[in-house]
Amino acid sequence: MRARPSPDFPVSFSAQFDPAAARLMLAGDCGMDDAPVLAAALDAVRSAVPETLRVEIGGTLDLGPSWLLRALVLDLRGAGRQVELDGRVPEHLRFLDEIAARDVGSLPAPGQATFADRFAEFGGSLRRRVAGWYEALVFGGRLLESAGTAWRSLRRLRVPSVVRHMHETGVQAIPVVAVIALLISVISAYIGAQQLRPFGAEIYTVDLVTIGVLRELGVLLTAIMVAGRTGSAYAAELGVMKLNDEVDALEAMGMNPYEVLVLPRVVALVLVMPLLTVVADFMGLAGGALLTSYLIDLPWSQFVMRLDSSIGDTTFWAGMVKAPVFGLLIALTGTLRGLQVRESSRELGRLTTVAVVQSIFLVIFADALFAIYFLEIDF
Amino acid sequence: MAAVRPLIVVRDIVNRFGAQVVHDGVSFEVMPGEVFGIVGGSGSGKSVLLRTMLGLRRPDAGTVAIEGREITAMDDRELRDVKRRYGVTFQHGALFTSLTVAENVTLPVAEVLDLDEPSLARLLELRLRMVGLPLEAAAKHPAQLSGGMVKRVALARALALDPAILFLDEPTAGLDPIAASAFDELVLYLRDTLRLTIVMVTHDLDTLARTCDRVAVLVDRKVIVDTLEGIVANDHPWIRHYFHGGRGRAVRAAQGDGRGA
Ligand SMILES: Nc1ncnc2c1ncn2[C@@H]1O[C@H](COP(=O)(O)OP(=O)(O)O)[C@@H](O)[C@H]1O
Ligand SMILES: [Mg+2]
Repeated sequence: MRARPSPDFPVSFSAQFDPAAARLMLAGDCGMDDAPVLAAALDAVRSAVPETLRVEIGGTLDLGPSWLLRALVLDLRGAGRQVELDGRVPEHLRFLDEIAARDVGSLPAPGQATFADRFAEFGGSLRRRVAGWYEALVFGGRLLESAGTAWRSLRRLRVPSVVRHMHETGVQAIPVVAVIALLISVISAYIGAQQLRPFGAEIYTVDLVTIGVLRELGVLLTAIMVAGRTGSAYAAELGVMKLNDEVDALEAMGMNPYEVLVLPRVVALVLVMPLLTVVADFMGLAGGALLTSYLIDLPWSQFVMRLDSSIGDTTFWAGMVKAPVFGLLIALTGTLRGLQVRESSRELGRLTTVAVVQSIFLVIFADALFAIYFLEIDF
Repeated sequence: MAAVRPLIVVRDIVNRFGAQVVHDGVSFEVMPGEVFGIVGGSGSGKSVLLRTMLGLRRPDAGTVAIEGREITAMDDRELRDVKRRYGVTFQHGALFTSLTVAENVTLPVAEVLDLDEPSLARLLELRLRMVGLPLEAAAKHPAQLSGGMVKRVALARALALDPAILFLDEPTAGLDPIAASAFDELVLYLRDTLRLTIVMVTHDLDTLARTCDRVAVLVDRKVIVDTLEGIVANDHPWIRHYFHGGRGRAVRAAQGDGRGA
């Protein structure tokens, strides 16, 4: 837009305010790049408030700079001062006058936050919190409703969709879950053997690892991995669909988004968590066996015998029954948070994070409840 | 008359997506200070062509030169500096959803220039007024805007740095006729008084007739460039259909008195 003689030899712009002579000299062409220089000079004039002002314009001014100059001129004239424009008066002033005359309201004032504003903000956050709980209730209700109808007809359960999600959240997660389980059991076997050796009780390392992995570590680590992998994916997928109005589109086509989007994901994760837990348990035991055979010279056959005597009938199941519950918690949190995304990409990021953090929290909280309950019923 | 050097030179552009050839040897030139329209059927590659001219997409073959500098040969840093001289609007607005309208429009200025708050606010008001947006909209988030308002905020953002070249992808789609004709006037004003060069993809035949000096039609993976009169007289079947169908007739009727109004 800059009508410079040549883009290769730009004439640099300068703006000087001479308070004694009440003169503002603008030399050279002023594009938006030079706006800070101009704005600084205009600011100097503004704070000096001279009785009269001559503006000598030596070059062209782009729209933005012309507008800034015009604002100053109007301010001074409004305060009863004399302002004269001299030299190459920008030809856009007429256009600027024209658009300034349009009645388009005024910019909302940013202003200082008053007490009333703070109070309103507090009320707003309270309202959002309550609305969040209400949304969770509605979410639960609608999900139960669609689960109820899906129960009666397999078509409504959308088996292909469930299978796809099982593949993505289950089969594809096997490698990472397996490696994590192996590493954790190796760590606990190593620490266990070291702590128990002074008492000559190294053999109990086997108990420690097997019971620890089967009851707690296998399922808990799987749940945490799945929360990070799948909980976030659920929230982000549904969140982007919300931002693109895809969820509204489904609803407008007479489809139930809970049936199409939420239920398959929840069902898939509830089915897949036990399977992943079996993988984690197996790898955990393998890791334990490997390390005990290496650390305390326990042959594999001995390990298996010891394992057989150390674990009860219920040890494996005490871990396993928790898996679908954890899966349910993660899937519900992820899908709920995804559906709560509104309006902006920042919301999407925030709620994805919330989904992961909350599902991990809920999993550990539920695990604690299970521990107390199992203790009470001696499971 | 002194020979005017073209501002943008597009040479033998080839763009492919897998086996699909979108452009097969597209060449044309855009002169400084002209409004250059690009039309073509849906999926004919208008947006891809625009992205190629902007340096957002490297063509599979061919070159794009802007102001004598070949942007297809530049590295990313050089390209970034050049890009600051353009204003761009995207077909779907591409506003930053987590920022308010005010922040969206101010962002390009605040990002590269060290300006005080009052000046930024004044410039914000200028840009919003230029595109005819109510100033109250400044505090809104993009999700709270109508489609036409999104287009206008995008245009305001594109104008924020007083660019030398404007690239607009379907700027009037979704605007009501009054807003669209205000847009036409703005385009003509920018061209006539600021000698801005505008490259515009549009399906709006009124805008085409009123504002565009020359028109490029994308057909059969190639391009036909001419003045609107020349294009309308062209007897390519698709072009005939486009301009001589029911919607085109109004344009030809308006053409006599509409141009340059
Ligand atoms: N990123 C992409 N990957 C594959 N194909 C694409 C991509 N972008 C565009 N296309 C294809 O290129 C063609 C031209 O697209 P586009 O330029 O968006 O069309 P329009 O002329 O409607 O703007 C279309 O057939 C589209 O499917
Ligand atoms: Mg397009």
